[in-house]
Amino acid sequence: MSPTATASAQTMAASSDQRTVLALSNVTKTYPGTPPVHAIRGVDLDIRSGELVSIVGPSGSGKSTLLHVIGTLDRATSGTVAVAGYDVDDLNDKQLSSLRSRHIGFVFQQFFLLAGETALDNVADGLLYTGIALSRRRVLAERALEQVGLAHRMTHEATKLSGGERQRVAIARALIGSPDIILADEPTGNLDSKSGEDVVRLIEDLNAAGTTIVVITHDHEIADRFPRRVSLLDGGVVEDTRFTEPGDPR
Amino acid sequence: MNVSLEPSRLAPADMMRASLIGLRTRRLRSILSGLGIVIGIAAMVGVLGLSESSKSDLLAQLDQLGTNMLRIEAGSGIGIGTGELPEDSTAMVSRVGPVEQVASISETEANVYRTDLVPEGQTGGITVKAVDANLLATLQGQMASGIFLDEAVSDLPVVVLGSVAAERLGVNDGTDGTVVWLGGEWFSVVGVMETLDLSPDLDRAALVSYSTAETFLGHEGVPSTIYVRSNPDDIDAVRSVLPATVNPESPDEVEVTRPSDALEAKEAADQAFTNLLLGLGAVALLVGGVGIANVMVISVLERRGEIGLRRALGATKGHISIQFLGESLILATLGGLGGVALGGAVTAAYAWSQGWEVLIPAVAIVGGMGAALIIGVIAGLYPAMRAARVSPTEALRTL
Repeated sequence: MSPTATASAQTMAASSDQRTVLALSNVTKTYPGTPPVHAIRGVDLDIRSGELVSIVGPSGSGKSTLLHVIGTLDRATSGTVAVAGYDVDDLNDKQLSSLRSRHIGFVFQQFFLLAGETALDNVADGLLYTGIALSRRRVLAERALEQVGLAHRMTHEATKLSGGERQRVAIARALIGSPDIILADEPTGNLDSKSGEDVVRLIEDLNAAGTTIVVITHDHEIADRFPRRVSLLDGGVVEDTRFTEPGDPR
Repeated sequence: MNVSLEPSRLAPADMMRASLIGLRTRRLRSILSGLGIVIGIAAMVGVLGLSESSKSDLLAQLDQLGTNMLRIEAGSGIGIGTGELPEDSTAMVSRVGPVEQVASISETEANVYRTDLVPEGQTGGITVKAVDANLLATLQGQMASGIFLDEAVSDLPVVVLGSVAAERLGVNDGTDGTVVWLGGEWFSVVGVMETLDLSPDLDRAALVSYSTAETFLGHEGVPSTIYVRSNPDDIDAVRSVLPATVNPESPDEVEVTRPSDALEAKEAADQAFTNLLLGLGAVALLVGGVGIANVMVISVLERRGEIGLRRALGATKGHISIQFLGESLILATLGGLGGVALGGAVTAAYAWSQGWEVLIPAVAIVGGMGAALIIGVIAGLYPAMRAARVSPTEALRTL
């Protein structure tokens, strides 16, 4: 944990039955150049199964870099990153791909839905690189779409849905393989306030049902609603507050 | 620490689906870039198909006319011969073992006109030749109308016209009793021949029998040309003994040729032209390939977001490059199929219009598809590698 962090006492009292799905220890990420850019500096962060965590900070605070490092899309310059029990340093590029395909779900601000495909197939693509047959993936996709309240939109072309619906499709895609952790990068960034509110509620509901979710946002209002808030500034964690334990009502 | 991690996998059917996405969502662009391959392959298949069809026609013609015919002429040129063969040469040639048929032709001085009112100078380039009655059979020629010269009419003032000669004299039919003014006498036209591929000089001639020539034109029957039909297996042996047989004193003054050689030379010339057109087809194909590569590179740039998403979903670099390579291959394969179909259709239509047998060689189809696939791989390789190299974090930041 960063020296400036003001972790609450609760943070230290993690119950033993909740396993750690994400463990960052003294992680830094430096981009070479003159002068070099220190995007993340000495971040310590443990996230346990079932948590809903917001990572909040202003532009340039290192939120996106941290998300990429957590999501194994980028490697840390130093420190250790463990996702779902795998030490990322021990894995080669192919194994990282495999880790992402089964253990990490992503939700992006821009949705990144494939044009020309139905909502069902877009969600089924969440398990595209696991080798599971399409017919089985479609069954799972149906369930995921039901979970996000889009059962009536399955056969619609995903990119022609409304913004809020598109983001819900993207969430269903992240959800389909029941990953250990879902990383959402500014999930409400491209939505109007009503749709944004729906998406935040959906995230809360999914968490209540047991899904571990990390939401990156610059919106303090959203960040403050979640049970745990990690504040970033200049690449370092300045605050890590756990308002409630996972599973406890807020 | 957990170590069992199943590798990312992409089933072949899913790979196909992934490769089709770009083509499905950018249809017009895909069609236009595939068109280059269609044109290139169609050109190659068409050229090979047409060349094969026309060759087959030529071979059929050669087969029909036979390659076992030889033509003997008196040597021409300064200091060589008199332009005439010895009087008894026809009889001597017929005594050569493998020779099956012999027919001679003798040039006369006479000219032929449509009527006696036509000025003497307007001969129309038509020569009058005295010929043996078996000439048509020896040449394996056909009559367009009427009959050829035979014993029954051998002493009468009758004439048979070559196809060009008949046209120039305005004689359409050899059976309606048309008369022509030949050597100062009225001659009845009894037949018109079809075009003779192996002896085009006879197309421009009016033919009379030897005895008619002697009776009405005062022509002495010294042959100038002899056609010989021999056993095909012995054609070379016959050819080598003919000069000495015809003129034992001066075999050098006898020229022996094989008319079918001219058709074979025509075939060789056609082949050279075919090669040139094939080269043009290859250039079109190359341009098509560059078109596909260009479209693929643009596609990689445009679809960085999709590449980033796929990497986030667990795609390896290999999966990404295979997706784009597959896209290029599908495009080229469809282009190749279209090209083979178009080339085949053009060949069939043209061959049909020419009355040729439609022949599209398997090598054109297999080669065309093979060329399309190779072009697809080459055109897709660089864009695929580029797509695989796209950093997922950069790609996800793009939009």
